[in-house]
Amino acid sequence: MVSNPLTKNIDMSRGPLDIAGYESADGYQSLKTIAKGLNSVDVLQQVKDSGLKGRGGAGFPTGLKWSFVPSGDGAPVQKYLVVNADEMEPGTFKDRLLMEGDPHLLIEGMVIAAFTIQASKAYIFLRGEYVVAEKALKHAIAEAEAKGYLGKDILGTGFDLDIVVHTSAGRYICGEETALLNALEGKRANPRAKPPFPQVSGLWGKPTIVNNVETICNLPGIITYGVDWYHGLTKGSDHGTKLFGISGKVKTPGCWELPLGLPIRQVIEEYGGGMQDGLELRAFLPGGGSTDFMLPEHLDIALDYDEVAKVGSRLATGTMIILDDKTCPVGMIGNLMKFFAHESCGFCTPCRDGLPWVDTIFRELEAGRGSEKDLQILHEHVDYLGPGRTFCALAPGAAAPLGSGLKIFKEDFERHISGKCCPYKK
Amino acid sequence: MAKIVIDGVDYEVNPDNNLLQECLSQGLDLPYFCWHPCMGSVGACRQCAVIQYRDEDDDKGMLVMACMTPPTDGMIISIEDEQAKSFRSNVIESLMISHPHDCPVCEEGGECHLQDMTLMSGHNYRRYDKEKVTHRNQYLGPFIGHEMNRCITCYRCVRYYDDYAGGTDLSAQASHHHVYFGRHEEGVLESEFSGNLVEVCPTGVFTDRTFSENYTRKWDLQTAPSICTGCAVGCNTTPGERYGTLRRITNRYNSDVNGYFLCDRGRFGYGYSSSDQRFADPLQRKNETAEIMDDSAVQSMLDGFSSENTSVTTIGIGSPRASTEANYALRCLVGADNFFSGMSDEEFESANLILQLNKDKAFHSPSIREIEQADAILIVGEDVTNTAPRIALALRQSVRNKAMELADQSRIPRWQDAAVRELAQHDRSPLSILSGYKTRLDDVADDEIIDSIPRLASFAQAIAGSLSGKAEQIQVEDGQVAAVEKIAEQLKSAKRPLVIAGSSQGAELIKAAANIARALGESRADGAIDLCLLTPEVNSMGMAMLSTEENSLGAALEKLRSGEASKVVIVENDLYRRAPHGLVDEALEKAEQCLVIDQLPTATTAKADFVLPCTAFAEQESSYINYEGRAQLSFQVHRNHARAKSSWQWLSAATEEGIESLMHDCADAVPGLAKLCEILPDKSQFVGGMKVPRQSHRYSGRTAMKSHLGVHEPKQAVDSQSVMSFSMEGISSQKDASILASSWSPQWNSNQSISKFQSEVNGELKQGHTGKLVMERNAEGAYLEVSVSEDSSAELQLSRAHQIFGSDELSSRSSVIKQRMVGSYLGISEEDARSKRIRQGDSIAIVGVEASLSACIRSSIKNGSAVIYCDETMDSHSLPRSINISKSNNEVQTGIKGLIISDLMDEDN
Repeated sequence: MVSNPLTKNIDMSRGPLDIAGYESADGYQSLKTIAKGLNSVDVLQQVKDSGLKGRGGAGFPTGLKWSFVPSGDGAPVQKYLVVNADEMEPGTFKDRLLMEGDPHLLIEGMVIAAFTIQASKAYIFLRGEYVVAEKALKHAIAEAEAKGYLGKDILGTGFDLDIVVHTSAGRYICGEETALLNALEGKRANPRAKPPFPQVSGLWGKPTIVNNVETICNLPGIITYGVDWYHGLTKGSDHGTKLFGISGKVKTPGCWELPLGLPIRQVIEEYGGGMQDGLELRAFLPGGGSTDFMLPEHLDIALDYDEVAKVGSRLATGTMIILDDKTCPVGMIGNLMKFFAHESCGFCTPCRDGLPWVDTIFRELEAGRGSEKDLQILHEHVDYLGPGRTFCALAPGAAAPLGSGLKIFKEDFERHISGKCCPYKK
Repeated sequence: MAKIVIDGVDYEVNPDNNLLQECLSQGLDLPYFCWHPCMGSVGACRQCAVIQYRDEDDDKGMLVMACMTPPTDGMIISIEDEQAKSFRSNVIESLMISHPHDCPVCEEGGECHLQDMTLMSGHNYRRYDKEKVTHRNQYLGPFIGHEMNRCITCYRCVRYYDDYAGGTDLSAQASHHHVYFGRHEEGVLESEFSGNLVEVCPTGVFTDRTFSENYTRKWDLQTAPSICTGCAVGCNTTPGERYGTLRRITNRYNSDVNGYFLCDRGRFGYGYSSSDQRFADPLQRKNETAEIMDDSAVQSMLDGFSSENTSVTTIGIGSPRASTEANYALRCLVGADNFFSGMSDEEFESANLILQLNKDKAFHSPSIREIEQADAILIVGEDVTNTAPRIALALRQSVRNKAMELADQSRIPRWQDAAVRELAQHDRSPLSILSGYKTRLDDVADDEIIDSIPRLASFAQAIAGSLSGKAEQIQVEDGQVAAVEKIAEQLKSAKRPLVIAGSSQGAELIKAAANIARALGESRADGAIDLCLLTPEVNSMGMAMLSTEENSLGAALEKLRSGEASKVVIVENDLYRRAPHGLVDEALEKAEQCLVIDQLPTATTAKADFVLPCTAFAEQESSYINYEGRAQLSFQVHRNHARAKSSWQWLSAATEEGIESLMHDCADAVPGLAKLCEILPDKSQFVGGMKVPRQSHRYSGRTAMKSHLGVHEPKQAVDSQSVMSFSMEGISSQKDASILASSWSPQWNSNQSISKFQSEVNGELKQGHTGKLVMERNAEGAYLEVSVSEDSSAELQLSRAHQIFGSDELSSRSSVIKQRMVGSYLGISEEDARSKRIRQGDSIAIVGVEASLSACIRSSIKNGSAVIYCDETMDSHSLPRSINISKSNNEVQTGIKGLIISDLMDEDN
């Protein structure tokens, strides 16, 4: 049986499979399974049973999310599926692999998702810089339309679906699902208040599901090979495989499909090839820039949502950023703060005015002009930018590496102030 | 109601509102910025954070934004919790990071919501020591100043300007701490309601340029409750005066009328009252020169006009822009039979029709608050944005009732502003507009029928016919049948339908509108139908009620021309704006003696034998009756230091008593005005004769104000005629909020303090009234016959256009309004223009009429019809109903530059 359903067709030494090649590798089988007599309720139940959780970062159960879409007589007729392909989380490049390597998998998954919520129109909101993915997706969509996997009355089910690829003008905040919807509507990419959730009032005020690329790519396997197969993929408490990535000074940084629940140590050493010679692992962010630092003492923890949460961080995108002992942690955090401050949409006060202050302080620290007062202000901002304070999750995401970093690298911060320069630059 | 606990105290609150609004309604102090009482919540500023506890055992609680939290039964809240206070002080600290702290030179200083909230939130020490963000400011036109560095990014301006007022040229730009609120490029802010930005902005980003140029601190302004004289809506205002001149006008909250907002004509059109052209002295014309008259000469001259003292007939011509008292005093002087209308004959016919319909019990004349409740609206021929602007702003809220309905269905609270807008998108309650041209409301209109006036009358009557078999049935052309049926159905199925018409296109459209409303009422058991009938001027209704139907202006001019009357007193009126110039010339030349009482020189005062200077609206106490029949009292703000008196003071013997006895006489004498005196303040509230001060308790420099003229300190002026005093002494209005000029409350120095005076947020002012509806509706009316005949004697059927800046006589004499005015223009279709080889902006001549107009080629206008806008120089009442035109070689003076309409064709057409 297939053990790497997300990447089984991906071979970066060649282009992606064309539709014939994709079909011969069990491609579009799930749609044929549906066409044989599954209705949207059946598919929803299978997705719920699979235990699939959203791969965008929050890890919310996908089936549950879909079940909030109003259905039945009183529900709005028009619904939308939106795929969040605006991959901009620092250190994250997993969706790119999927879209560049096997675009048909995403399209097949989208048909399943759209069928389940009965959305006749779907959008792929694609990061503007992903030009290779854009080309691959557009080509694959044309192929799928020609074969009748998209368009009117797909495989005789009576279900219609059009997919539009929308390339983003480029803001990190567009990865926030409601800001993404505003951007897609041509409005300023500010997040929206929740409730109402997009499942009730989303794109153009209609019920909308926004899912991450990787989440959607899990669907064809679940329908084609079944829930039991899916449950057999995992080593831990969460189900399915997941793309994990490593960036930073390991020997072989990259992105791999692995079962959930592997020990972190195994991933870093087996797949990342261990630290580069002469460098020690100092700490790491387990799931992109918006997660709390973890330490070498956590290396034996299993990589799944719950285990990572137990030590106060988040699996999030599953793409680790490694900090070694020769790189300045203050500089690393400062770099992240510069990013988050720049990407704040400017809607709510703590994020809009708090993050730039934090960013400025990091620049002062770097230049050797930092003070104890600045450090105090940084500490205050950890709480001020935290969950529940701001309008969306951007600032709390930024507060995660900041807060954990201030604790873990306390001495490094103090040395920047007492030594009036960055000690790593000597 | 929900029972909640705030800091250990039990409260009963409305669960349909958000927690912040309910806290304010309870009189609690909770700081906020982005929330606005009538714009709901978006949760941007995070300033109103409070702690919510799960239950009584929860001692930690969770931080929530009050504005985004619905109160639920049993909820436990703390405003005073240290964690909440600390978060709020962090928020204000970061809001103030780049604020320039230029309070000493900021127009907002002393009435700044940001200043108040900064103190209230506990930020008094500046820790931020890095570089500030700075912005470039923009030129936004003659009304609004822009100082972006003061911005705290609360998003209120764009939420007001774009979302609430339907503007399209102000936006939030850039992101993070560089967010910028401005236009895409420098230029005049297009919205007719841009002035409200000044009050919506919690600090000094958007400022009133007319005020900046004559700046005075809020507490140094002498103020009184006033009524805007710009149109028939009668918005409540607070003019502020210092050193004898008006410095600005701000909104005065009236829950039924204007709420929180004014139009730009009303806010910025006051400059004429400080014009150096104002008459200072009584004048007598002797040959070509005018001589100043002394008081005794004035008295004997006036005696000569009194009906008691002269055997020749004296007639009086009143004015719709003058107060009820001025018109009534004139009527007393000359006798009711000799009191004539000061409106044009066409308008007078419409006004009398409206008066009759306003007594009909089948209809209800809706207030602005009621207009906002309409869920299907039909406008019959009236361009409300230009004739009664505040109503256009209200209609933009009415069309959102559909959104509110959808929100209720989806259980999204109505105050969740952004969410409700997202949900509804372009789903609106139906607004249908019948007009000769595209109006400024077309972006929210469901249907627009653009046609000539007679054909619009047919269309409207066809709707009435479709609604009821009892109404006259009129055939429309096949292509319009579906539209007739659709609009009829929309009105019929609405919970609160509204029909709007007005006098600007003549009486036939009003009749058709009334027929529609009557037909709608037939099928409904739930009371009178909202029929909003608009007259153009502040007291059109009041003046019409004082004159008999026969006493038109035409009849007055004929009396003078024929010699039947030989003396005439004209009060606050320029007859050349009301009647064909030839007829006015003839009548005035024939008159033996002509007395004109007015503020500014006009073509009419130029012909007068005597001119008496009268006070401007803010220099007198007076009452006006608005389009609904709502009488409102406008108090005197400041004294006129020249010899001007209010018109009624010149004309009435009882000058020392104030308007009270005159109003009582008027109420007794004039049918329909019996309730007029109910707007007078209740004297029993004034303890020991203490008056309501016009000057704030911080008013400064009182003893030194005249020191540049002399070291002798003048005695404080005594106002024997009013319940208000020209001083700081007295007791501010305790029992009657309608004498509340500007609100102030400890810690609340800005206009936001109004919540302390409202029964609840957005509610009626405590212990006040919103004016009194004087009309008795007890008449049984019938369907009216509508004439739909076209005048096909010439090529182009005319309809009239009005301009918010220009059509109102007095405001258009303010220099700042002049900058926004356009010259006379003729709107024609592309094809008609082409056939005459006329290009955009060309000069046009009307055959047989002396006039020069600019061509205004508009894509919406039907071939064979035209819309004319006449500036004050045109002899507009001589125009026939249809005209022939040709291209002219005359140069147009002002042109149409700056005209804001959506369907103007490009110049190369």
